[in-house]
Amino acid sequence: MTAQAATPVKQMEIEAARRRRARMAEAQRLNKMTRELVTPEGAKLHLKLATAAERAGAFAMDVAIQWAIVIGTLLGLSYGAASMGIQNVNIAFAFWLVFYFFIRNFYYIFFEIGRKAATPGKRALGLRVASRDGGRLTANAVLARNFTREIEVGLPIQFLLMGGDQLGAWMAVFGLLWSGVFLFFPVFNKDKLRVGDLIAGTWVIKAPKVKLMGDIAQVTVTAPRTNMFAFTPEQADAYGIHELHVLEDVLRQSTGDIKQQVAERIRTKIGWVAQPGETDIAFLEAYYAALRRRLEQRMLMGDRKADKFDVRR
Amino acid sequence: MSDMLKSYRFREERESDWRKLDLILTRAENSGVKALSDEDMMTLPHLYRQAVSSLSVARSISLDQNVITYLEGLCTRAYFYVYGARTSLGERMAQFIRADWPEAVRGAVLSTILAALFLFGGAALAFFLCLQDMDWYWTIHGHSFGEIRTPDATVEQLRSTIYTEPGEIGQDRLTAFAGFLFNNNAQIALFAFALGFAFGIPTAWLLVWNGIILGSMYAVFWDKGLGYEFTGWLLIHGVTELFAIVLAGAGGFVVGGAVAFPGRMSRLTSARQSGQKAATIAMGCVIMLIIAAILESFGRQLINSDTIRYAIAGTTLVFWLLYFYLPRQRPGT
Repeated sequence: MTAQAATPVKQMEIEAARRRRARMAEAQRLNKMTRELVTPEGAKLHLKLATAAERAGAFAMDVAIQWAIVIGTLLGLSYGAASMGIQNVNIAFAFWLVFYFFIRNFYYIFFEIGRKAATPGKRALGLRVASRDGGRLTANAVLARNFTREIEVGLPIQFLLMGGDQLGAWMAVFGLLWSGVFLFFPVFNKDKLRVGDLIAGTWVIKAPKVKLMGDIAQVTVTAPRTNMFAFTPEQADAYGIHELHVLEDVLRQSTGDIKQQVAERIRTKIGWVAQPGETDIAFLEAYYAALRRRLEQRMLMGDRKADKFDVRR
Repeated sequence: MSDMLKSYRFREERESDWRKLDLILTRAENSGVKALSDEDMMTLPHLYRQAVSSLSVARSISLDQNVITYLEGLCTRAYFYVYGARTSLGERMAQFIRADWPEAVRGAVLSTILAALFLFGGAALAFFLCLQDMDWYWTIHGHSFGEIRTPDATVEQLRSTIYTEPGEIGQDRLTAFAGFLFNNNAQIALFAFALGFAFGIPTAWLLVWNGIILGSMYAVFWDKGLGYEFTGWLLIHGVTELFAIVLAGAGGFVVGGAVAFPGRMSRLTSARQSGQKAATIAMGCVIMLIIAAILESFGRQLINSDTIRYAIAGTTLVFWLLYFYLPRQRPGT
């Protein structure tokens, strides 16, 4: 009888442990993509490297913009051609060719040399180019990382379009494999470096603009303090830092429905009886403040309680 | 209030400074240094240092995720701004022309000689092969119908491609052709640089192949006794263009050599150091090819005297050699 009753509880425990392991693995993976930069002031900054997928996305966006410019100017030229003489059309076309060359090769350079060190595609995804040694990004480095684009992207495309007889086809396959090494270079190294990054001494990091939002604990500070939410030390010790951060996310950006569910879960866990006139949000905010106060106190003593499973004293 | 959260009080005291720094940075990123007042410039380093120390403290006392990610982002932005280069594009270009470019070229003398050997070696090879047996020309170029500059052409036909008759139409078409050639050559130059990463072997092949095309063409004209005239026609812009291609190849060899033989440095450091120098050379090649295209489209069609053509070719050669190799003081030392 007792064994049967214990099974669901045990299953829940197993499930919780599994989730915790998954979370740890995820944290470790994120950690692998983080690089430390020590500023001359001696402070550590954590730079997050852009993933290969993000970079491919940014590149696709930039290519789309380049094509839009190239096709747009060509269309404009051909509309204008009717009013020009044949002589002028040829000269205009010559200039367009030169323009095309510059769009193809200098689009990235122009934007990356600029103040934001990022092309519009990168900017849209919150990425920027930075020097690997933490120094300033020089124009030479930007040139170097972009001039190699020809072999990373141009070469595979050329082999792809190549073909012809059987020998030609085999050559094309071989060439495609060979040039594929350059194309897929970023996937296979830990810093996600392109060949261009390697030569230029650069990498691409995430630099999203984060908005500073209001402190959730403010509510409990400014509102006249009532005894409505007086949590015991045991209740404030029920969770750890991970749960605090999840609660922060819930309070900042989830629907009322989820907030209600989370509030129910916490009430059950800490054995809190809802008082008359108590709203879920007020309860969550008050508990957030209490939990954070407790965890920050412990942190000051050098004791970081990682999550609710962390029961050492 | 005594039992106020420590991290809350910490944030309250510093928040206005963070926001001030954020505002200055946003303004500077969007519209440049000029958008900043003197007062902003004075407070920026101070605000930056304060934000960095706030971040350190916040990490150890605050568990507010948003504050820490915000500060992390703010400090990263500020760091890149404060320690980044704030020179304008114009200043960078001037620095490039004045110092970086000739210095990079001067530093790659051996690679330049090697690249020149490949290009002119290929040209010489094709030239002598074609002189012995003109069938080589067809092996190299294949048969194309539009081309008039072939061994089958008469002396008169060949001569007509070298000189422009006064009043002849088609000037505009030649300009378009120059645009096309620039596009082509510049792309090849960048390609030669980029291929250097594969230990320079494809670069060598690209140089030899371009040399072969040049040499076989030369043989056609030489064979018909037009060697002197063809040289003038070719070199008026060819000095600049061939020099550019040789330098692009040299850039490729610099990278290839650094990747293949890093010496005492790690392969990564070696690639980085030489890559930036080589890229400077490649950028210079693009500039040289623009000049070559201008010489080609205007000079070649407007100037029909062999003597003047040779004079221009000689002048450009002297100019480039002096510009690159004349020893000079490094600006700022």
